[in-house]
Amino acid sequence: MNTTELIAEYREFSPRINRIGARDFLLFVEDLSAVFDGFKAVDIGAWGVKRNELRVVIGPNGAGKTTLCDLVSGKTRPTTGKVYFEGDDITNELEANIALRGIGRKFQTPRVYDSLTTFENMELALPGSRKVRRFFGRTAGAGENENILQILERVRLKDDRHTEAKHLSHGQRQWLAISMLILSSPKLLLVDEPAAGLTDLETELTAELLLELKDEHTILVIEHDMDFVRQLNSKVTVLNEGRILAEGEMDELTANEEVIEAYLGR
Amino acid sequence: MLSLCQALFFALGGYAMGMYLAHHGGPEGIIDKDGWKLPACLFVVYPYDVGEAPGDAMVPWFWKPFFSLPLTLLLGVALPGVVAAVIGYFGFRSRVRGVYFAILTQAITVAGWLVFCMNNMKLCGTNGLTRFNTIAGFELSSHSVKFGLYLITLICLIGVFCLCRFLVSTRLGRVLVAVRDDETNLRFFGYKPYMFKMFVFALAAALGGLGGMLYTPQMGIVTPEYMTAKWSILFVIWVAVGGRGTLSGAVLGAIGVNLVYNFLTTRWPEAWPFVQGLLFVGVVLLFPKGIAGLLDLIRFKRLAKRTAEA
Repeated sequence: MNTTELIAEYREFSPRINRIGARDFLLFVEDLSAVFDGFKAVDIGAWGVKRNELRVVIGPNGAGKTTLCDLVSGKTRPTTGKVYFEGDDITNELEANIALRGIGRKFQTPRVYDSLTTFENMELALPGSRKVRRFFGRTAGAGENENILQILERVRLKDDRHTEAKHLSHGQRQWLAISMLILSSPKLLLVDEPAAGLTDLETELTAELLLELKDEHTILVIEHDMDFVRQLNSKVTVLNEGRILAEGEMDELTANEEVIEAYLGR
Repeated sequence: MLSLCQALFFALGGYAMGMYLAHHGGPEGIIDKDGWKLPACLFVVYPYDVGEAPGDAMVPWFWKPFFSLPLTLLLGVALPGVVAAVIGYFGFRSRVRGVYFAILTQAITVAGWLVFCMNNMKLCGTNGLTRFNTIAGFELSSHSVKFGLYLITLICLIGVFCLCRFLVSTRLGRVLVAVRDDETNLRFFGYKPYMFKMFVFALAAALGGLGGMLYTPQMGIVTPEYMTAKWSILFVIWVAVGGRGTLSGAVLGAIGVNLVYNFLTTRWPEAWPFVQGLLFVGVVLLFPKGIAGLLDLIRFKRLAKRTAEA
């Protein structure tokens, strides 16, 4: 499928034309652009991710992958355009409110709290109200504890649950960051480079984890590592210079001349 | 985050208590038209130039709540708390951070100082509130009352220490650590860091107000001098010397620095500013974690030595 056809497909669902259609997409962006000092970091006509989809965004350095994440999660305000989540316009909402709507995010470098233990880090991510008065208790509820332990066991961090996060290895920190994201149970997970700096074995487990989550969540993975993308085996969007270059299965894309030129064949 | 507002909150508490004490202070005399006794310190500097004749002096409305002790105690804590919450709401919401927050709070403190210095404000201007006699009916000059106030201060210190200890141990404490270390990340988990910062800022202000309320009756005077930059920075020095990031450090630093201050100012007063400066620079350069950090280090070394021997 070429770019024009692709945009035509999204256009069919464009909220301007058909507001109900936008609801088929969990995430939908329209005429989205972000300009920094005259440089167009992102320039997308129409694009979206459907419910229960695992979508991978790839692209060379500076293609605007992380900026796209920033625009969706509210970290950066777009210069023009709109972001819709579950059909609602969230373009100008506060980061915290976007997060409460159900968009969770893991940053490129795992951001965990060094002076807190693994378990305490997880506690921060527990879903629920974020009002100050809800935090006067010493610990979380029993059901919540069990939930935390279950996830930690899955990523092999259960034995390290009382270790301060600064003593964890890079891979463990990546997993902790991902575990926190999973625990917070968002509708849409934005996962920025989950395999960065991981060993092959660790990468495999990360891929497994994401595939497990696929059944209940919508996931948007931003990735650089081609082997990892192949393991995920799902629809891929290729970004280049802020624009959508192509979209499809990995095999189709590896045969696409434009994609090869921009990215794969370098 | 460096707040240079703490002296303002301390002074607000001090003024609340000062107004109560002035109401119940000597000498007897001057009663206004509504039957309120004019506090002596207010009468002395009453701003007649605002168009009133000497006989027209009235007790201003905002002095009246401070006639009652329970109300004074409440307001002395609540006023700084509310002021801090307002400053915090606007400051933290607009994401004022780091050195800009220090400058903002410093400016607010200076503004407060200017306001309290004005005679027209009917807060006794630069003279401050004084001529105190009694507190809750007890003579302030008697030794047992002085000792009693000291004990109350000690109990408050222990109480506040325990309260803060408890807060740090709750989940709130962990969220606050997270706000300190990386508040941006926290936003993407649905937290609004400004709410948490506002809460802590207001709590610190209320505790500062409590400190001011305890300080005034023991000093016998409260003046706008309390809200100068000097005091704000002094508070910061206490914490820096004691050890940032620890509760015991703040207490150790406050007591330690004041001991040195008392010792030096009686024997060699000229030396104090230099010692204070050296202390601040020295601590930051040599042991950034202060006394508490130093104690930890000694304990750690001893432990390491014992393990090595064993």
